[in-house]
Amino acid sequence: MLSTEIKDIISASKERGWVLEPEAKHLCSLAGLSVPRFVWETGLEEAIGFARKIGYPVVAKVVSPLMLHKSDMGGVVVDIESDEKLSEVFHRFSQINGFAGILVEEMLSGVEMIAGAKVDYQFGPVILLGMGGTGVEIYRDVTMRMAPIGREDVMSMVRGLKAHQMLEGYRGSEPISLRDLTRTMVSFSDLLMELEGLIESIDLNPLLCTADRCVVADARVILKVENAPDS
Amino acid sequence: MNLQALFEPRTMAVIGISLTNNRHPANVIYHKNHLRYPVKVVPVNPRGGELQGERVFTHISEIPEKVDLAVIAVRAEYVPGILSDCIHAGVGGAVVISGGFAESGRQDLQDRIVTIAREAGFPFIGPNCLGIYSPSLMDTFFLPSERMVRPDLGNVAIVSQSGGILVDQMIKFAGEGIGLSRAVSIGNKALIKELDLLNYFAQDTETKVIAFYVEGFGKHEGRDFVLAASKCLKPVILLKAGKSPGGSRAVSSHTASLAGDYETFSTILFQYGVVEAKNELELVSFCESLSCYQRSIEGKIGIVTGSGGHGALAVDICSSHGLSVPPLSEQAQREIRKNLSSSVQPIASVTNPLDLTGSAVDDDFVFATSYLSRRPEIDCIAILLLPYLPGITSDLGDRLSQVYQQEHKPLVAYVPHVEKYRMLIEGFELNRIPVSPSIEGAVLMTEAMRRSKPC
Repeated sequence: MLSTEIKDIISASKERGWVLEPEAKHLCSLAGLSVPRFVWETGLEEAIGFARKIGYPVVAKVVSPLMLHKSDMGGVVVDIESDEKLSEVFHRFSQINGFAGILVEEMLSGVEMIAGAKVDYQFGPVILLGMGGTGVEIYRDVTMRMAPIGREDVMSMVRGLKAHQMLEGYRGSEPISLRDLTRTMVSFSDLLMELEGLIESIDLNPLLCTADRCVVADARVILKVENAPDS
Repeated sequence: MNLQALFEPRTMAVIGISLTNNRHPANVIYHKNHLRYPVKVVPVNPRGGELQGERVFTHISEIPEKVDLAVIAVRAEYVPGILSDCIHAGVGGAVVISGGFAESGRQDLQDRIVTIAREAGFPFIGPNCLGIYSPSLMDTFFLPSERMVRPDLGNVAIVSQSGGILVDQMIKFAGEGIGLSRAVSIGNKALIKELDLLNYFAQDTETKVIAFYVEGFGKHEGRDFVLAASKCLKPVILLKAGKSPGGSRAVSSHTASLAGDYETFSTILFQYGVVEAKNELELVSFCESLSCYQRSIEGKIGIVTGSGGHGALAVDICSSHGLSVPPLSEQAQREIRKNLSSSVQPIASVTNPLDLTGSAVDDDFVFATSYLSRRPEIDCIAILLLPYLPGITSDLGDRLSQVYQQEHKPLVAYVPHVEKYRMLIEGFELNRIPVSPSIEGAVLMTEAMRRSKPC
């Protein structure tokens, strides 16, 4: 069953048609997925306070209900090393159309993967796993399964990727935690089954995977259009 | 809903007979069944009268015996009333040939007939379809018999959204010696859909392979279909049309863009063990192969041929399909060479592919095939035959089939399909060894066994 908190996030976003990133991340963490430490602030001082608390470098992202594709519009800045740089970014963001605050989060690294979900007209909930990042549609190295999926499905999805050797340790690189990837994907699948009637698609991209864990570094939740024809 | 009456009717009424136009679809259906099939067929037209000496009934309820199947070929607006009449008269089911429903903007009319039938638990195929071909029992296709090519009775059931594609596949089945258990054109599939027929044929003792031509499933119907197919103990083959994305739909997420409709469709078929045929050649090759062999293989192919070129092309096709062509041990190579005829011994290439050369005789092929049949590193043998070689006789098809009967390792063959080589081909086909007219087709037959889920 969906928690009331998740339901509230979805219904508050209905009109916009998609969920703002900080809320999408909150939704993910409620579903048991790992997310970076983050804050959503409208004041510069609070943003700086949080950055100092978690320690630089940090990532800053603009929060705007008018901007679904932030990184295409300069709405994402990584590797911010100082208060000065953060305040400069804050001032620039505050000029962006629809500015509704700044998202500051810890800067993580790892193999960039994508976990995706969509509700298909013919097959219902479908889950996707692949190599993510901004080049996701260039490499197109993804596998899909009809949801729900179990642990075995995740392992066979990993084996179905062209880059699977990179994930399992390639030429001295550390393998990613397949155990946490499996846990993440199975939780994501459970969430998808609950959200089936409410969403159109979800991108968790990048899903940053290291030897220890997988963290949702960005989440895009596109809601189902109300009263849309079945398509 | 019991579909038995649709496929094995003893009495069939054809509703919409014309008293003036003998080329009317209803008349074509009436005549072909009346003259050529064991089913008792009764003509119906509200005006009554006689059709070539037979009484035309004015109403379905007038027919004294129980009617199992009504074939309805009247104008669309009359169909709801006639369906109700059939239900009241206790008819077992219907095939609605008539068009003029959802395909031409009359979704409302289609919804009406579905509601009427569903409330009564009354099965019907269509509308806007050719209906059912049950070899040697009955045929509701409105195509004159002399124009149709009828495959032999066999174990493949084929279900198609398109009537034209279905009739075309029947021509191809006949050409390749693939036997048919049933052919069904489901048209608008308003009530009876792929899933219902999958479930019916899964239980049908005459059917061992179930093939589908699908343009698209309805909402969530793909999910129900693959879940049922994964539980079906018979191979399920599916050809999907409409693979390219339709129009320029705005896509707001990477997932929606990467998981396009066809990519999703194809991946999920694979996930649930449905054998997807990418095109007509694959459909025919897969049906032919799986109608002979329902066991799955790993895909370790032994190739026996009389020409190095044929072997090389076959290896290329195998590797592009992920099939392996395992090498043979030194000892195996020595044993094979020792047993070949004296003219071939010094020149044959005894690795895999096994090239027996243009000097090979029947005995060389029989020995090589038997030998490979006993090798554990090989799980299927492709024989590429060149019937124009002087040492090959027309008996070879039959002799190689006997090797399969003894060894039980699946064999597939390539023989050019021209009339001259007919006896050789039949030597295989009549003994249930699949033969393709192309090297690619022969490799696809092995691929079918690999992709078929183990049962």
